[in-house]
Amino acid sequence: MGWIAIRMLTGDRVKFLGLLFGVAFSTLLITQQLTIFVNLLLRGAAPVNEVSTANIWVMDRSGRTADVTLPLPSTALERVRGVPGVVWAAPLIRAGATVRTPEGDLEPVSVVGIDDASLIGLPRRMIQGHPDTLADPDAVFIDDVGSRKLFPNGGAVGTRLELNDQRAVVRGIVDADPSFTSTVILYTRYSNALNYVPGSRNRLSFVLARAADGQESKAVAERIERATGLRARTNTEFARDGVQYIIDNTGIPINFGITVALGFIVGVAIVGLTFSLFIRDNIKQFGALKAIGVTNNKIRLMVAAQSGMVGLVGYGLGILMATLFIFGGASGSDAFKGFFTPWQIPVITAVVTIVMILLTGFVALRTVLKTEPAEVFR
Amino acid sequence: MSAAIRVAGIVKEFPVGDASIRVLHGIDTEVRSGVLTYLVGESGSGKTTLISIIAGILYPTQGRVEVFGTDIYTLSDADLVRFRLATIGFIFQQYNLLPTLTAAENAAVPLIAAGMKRAEAVERGRALLAKLNIADQADKLPRQLSGGQQQRVAIARALVHEPRLVVCDEPTAALDARSGRTVMDLLREVALASERAVIIVTHDNRIFDLADRILAMEDGRITHDGRDVPKDH
Repeated sequence: MGWIAIRMLTGDRVKFLGLLFGVAFSTLLITQQLTIFVNLLLRGAAPVNEVSTANIWVMDRSGRTADVTLPLPSTALERVRGVPGVVWAAPLIRAGATVRTPEGDLEPVSVVGIDDASLIGLPRRMIQGHPDTLADPDAVFIDDVGSRKLFPNGGAVGTRLELNDQRAVVRGIVDADPSFTSTVILYTRYSNALNYVPGSRNRLSFVLARAADGQESKAVAERIERATGLRARTNTEFARDGVQYIIDNTGIPINFGITVALGFIVGVAIVGLTFSLFIRDNIKQFGALKAIGVTNNKIRLMVAAQSGMVGLVGYGLGILMATLFIFGGASGSDAFKGFFTPWQIPVITAVVTIVMILLTGFVALRTVLKTEPAEVFR
Repeated sequence: MSAAIRVAGIVKEFPVGDASIRVLHGIDTEVRSGVLTYLVGESGSGKTTLISIIAGILYPTQGRVEVFGTDIYTLSDADLVRFRLATIGFIFQQYNLLPTLTAAENAAVPLIAAGMKRAEAVERGRALLAKLNIADQADKLPRQLSGGQQQRVAIARALVHEPRLVVCDEPTAALDARSGRTVMDLLREVALASERAVIIVTHDNRIFDLADRILAMEDGRITHDGRDVPKDH
């Protein structure tokens, strides 16, 4: 009877396509919005995830995220180095500055000053140039998204910039994860950064540290806190802090939540209405089947087969469209750089689709089961 | 010939608000195998209600219905459904064919519902369509068939599982005189050839002359029982 149910469903092409559209649209909307939401949140963790060698971040006691920095005294670096269990510690500056482009435009940028010797804090992959050239006088590396923003016609490497009225020369392009604020990021040596960042007594933003092998980074971080009075977070905790900061301080979760809810509601409305119309149009046929001797259990299986088919095909189409959208966006726009769909999102969307199908299928089934076979004689 | 159907003291009431309306007032009758029986009457006379009760798709308020010796309303719901599938064939006024299945597939529906493999069931449906002289229409959808051809498909669906009782609701109402006559000839030939009981609800007086027995109903009671056409029809 499942075969008959599927033929009943697919034979009415307009309604079948309407049902598929409802599920696919809903799946697309939910998957795409959740993907953008998750990736935007993860951008709050990008500065931390980029420094894979350090597993402890040390900051001012009031520090919350990598993007909101409070200056530390330069002595903090030595104090952290002196804590038992710390293998090495490196300074990091993250500060805002203004760059004047060759065209004379002013652009706010983020200056990241990394340890002169070890270059800890530099993104792993260079797109153009070599890490050694960062040792050149006034050398800065620019992130790839920033280079396309500042130099849309290319030719970033070798270009001189005015960075807070100081000379800077772009010597390389790095493949950096875009930050939540999407500002251009310029990487330079710590000693250079001290010149670029507006003067104040304390300019060190973070101390990056690594726990010795066999030592729990969490335990070492607690030891650093006790020894220095500063705040120390493991990289996992600090990445999570960056995400949490966005959740707590922006309207993003509410807005995306509303869109996801709308996707579900629109999906239920389209699928529910179309399914109801389909059932209503076929109610005489269902009645005839019941009169002939098709049991209610078989009718249930028929409606389940129809719902299952709509759910499966619609979900597949929706996921395909969402993938094309995100893949297309990632390859065509810097706004989507690094975007990916975590496996949990298709699972969540599948659960939402199942709920939607169960809900609409149940309503449709009630109509069919309530139909008296005797009605076919009326 | 033995009684295929025994109807005793059938009363049917339908609730209307807090009250109820009685549409059948204690019907007693028998229908024998091999006899083409018509149930006639004006709209609202109760004939559709009675045929629904005889066919096991509408519970009576009171009374008993025996179909080939089985007191059908003592069966459980599930057993009654199984009984209908095995014993009764239905022909509806509007055919109620599944619009997305071919003629052969429509004819095969009762066999598929009974659990037969699809290919075998469709083959049997196709064979029956050939007997009904529409073999060349077997792969067409209902919308591609004329009214007469659709009714033949419906007849094939009613007979494909070889039921012992065939109930027909206005089988010729939607057909022109010639097609109606052809359909009735077919029904008579196919249905009665194998000792089936056939009951036809109709007020199509063009086919009254084909009946072996005519039961006329008025206000929920049988007012005429005979071979001849009742007055006022």
